[in-house]
Amino acid sequence: MKYTLLIFEKPEEMAKREGPQAQAYWAGWQAYTAAVQSAGVMAGGAGLQVPATATRVRLTPGKHDVQDGPYTDSKELLGGFYVIEAANLDEAIKWAARVPSPNGVVEIRPNLVM
Amino acid sequence: MSAEAADASRDAVSKVATESYGRLVATLAARLGDLAAAEDALGDALADALLSWPRRGIPENPAAWLLVAARRNATDAARRAGRGRAALAELERMSHAVAESADLSWPDERLKLLMVCAHPAIDSGVRTPLMLQVIFRLEVAAIARAYLVSPAAMEQRLVRAKAKIRLAAIPFDIPGPDELPARLIDVQRAVYAAFTAGRDEAAVDVAEADLLRRAALQLAGWLVELLPDEPECRGLLALLCFSESRVSPARQGGERPFVPLDEQDPNEWDATLIERGERELALASAFRQAGPFQIEAAIQSAHAERRRSGETPWAAIVHLYDRLLELRPTIGAAVARAAAVLNAVGPEAALAALAQLETQAVRAYQPYWVVRANALATIDRHASEEAFHIAIGLTESAATRAFLERRRRAAGGAPAE
Repeated sequence: MKYTLLIFEKPEEMAKREGPQAQAYWAGWQAYTAAVQSAGVMAGGAGLQVPATATRVRLTPGKHDVQDGPYTDSKELLGGFYVIEAANLDEAIKWAARVPSPNGVVEIRPNLVM
Repeated sequence: MSAEAADASRDAVSKVATESYGRLVATLAARLGDLAAAEDALGDALADALLSWPRRGIPENPAAWLLVAARRNATDAARRAGRGRAALAELERMSHAVAESADLSWPDERLKLLMVCAHPAIDSGVRTPLMLQVIFRLEVAAIARAYLVSPAAMEQRLVRAKAKIRLAAIPFDIPGPDELPARLIDVQRAVYAAFTAGRDEAAVDVAEADLLRRAALQLAGWLVELLPDEPECRGLLALLCFSESRVSPARQGGERPFVPLDEQDPNEWDATLIERGERELALASAFRQAGPFQIEAAIQSAHAERRRSGETPWAAIVHLYDRLLELRPTIGAAVARAAAVLNAVGPEAALAALAQLETQAVRAYQPYWVVRANALATIDRHASEEAFHIAIGLTESAATRAFLERRRRAAGGAPAE
């Protein structure tokens, strides 16, 4: 069964992508990705650029509205996602627990079967 | 009612709940054959006590008072539910027996309750949570955190297990001598699982983790008390004592950095616990019936040797792992053996031992990658870094990740920070 792990990072964590802590930051993600791949459960995913780079298209009837980001002052920012192949939710939770993002949140969603 | 009386009552209720909850639930459940009903009746009795004791004074024997009150609640609930006459008669009998004895001399039914919690008909994943909840009154949320599942899912599993106990009429009995050893293994495993859940380095709440380990140690102590002639019960207790003796050194410092066994200062290990472990292990060995828990305890005793002589007897540890694997082959023991081989013989032998393991079983098993990385460190720097990389990706705790990162850099020849 496929699950998507939506990874929400703390702003201060995401800020480490550049600057003196960048190497340690990326090393954590590279190790996690290597582990997911080496275990043979990787089914997709992507790291996302910071929310400031986002663009939203609002689909209102008659008029489509394009807006520049960022949009949220939320406490956690969507930083990327993994799609993993896991036998069940418990296994997916194990992978979520290994995500190297201190104080972050991982939302696990079972993928729709299409 | 005065504020002091209310405070004193609250303290008394909380004291008797801490001291006697498991025994009370076990006694009620054994009579009712229904664990969930026993918990409900006792929960209501504790609430009754909070109302009644401030007015009427704290009873001389609070536990017996609770048992009588719980019996009354259970009788009422059984009547409401239209239960059979036999159950009611049994409840009546019990209430008389309790009323007659002012002391806590009613039979100790905890072993029966443990046997029920670890019954083969109960899903093996819920046996330990069930014990923790019904004997130690641990909150579902805390148990769920320890097992990394959602509280709702854990609650559902516990409710389902209790329904099964009642519907399938799982007997509150001590099995006969033919069956006892096999059933006891399930109980011992569940107790050990409670301990390891409390040793999780990624535990969010240290106090909660400590509570789990303490509960497991207490349960292991009871098992020895209840079954003094079962050497594996003593082996389990010894194993837990040795492991517990090293818990605080592994976590020293405010930030709780991870300190691996080989970097721990043996003088910081808890001498009292080590002595207790040695004593239990010696008593167990006298029966001359080796079992997995005794061997695991012997391995820990060998590690404790470093405290006395400054040396770890690695060859002896490899030999003990060989015996353990004969009795109970597990991936964890096989990987731990390879780590011992690395120290006793050398990296090539350790890698050969790891190569015996099935790829599928180890590819997401963090300790395998750690041992592999350590073994490769002096042979193939690049492959070692690669293995550390995967081990880091499989690690939950930030402290352990930081430690492995340090070792990885050291393996890569970079100066340690």
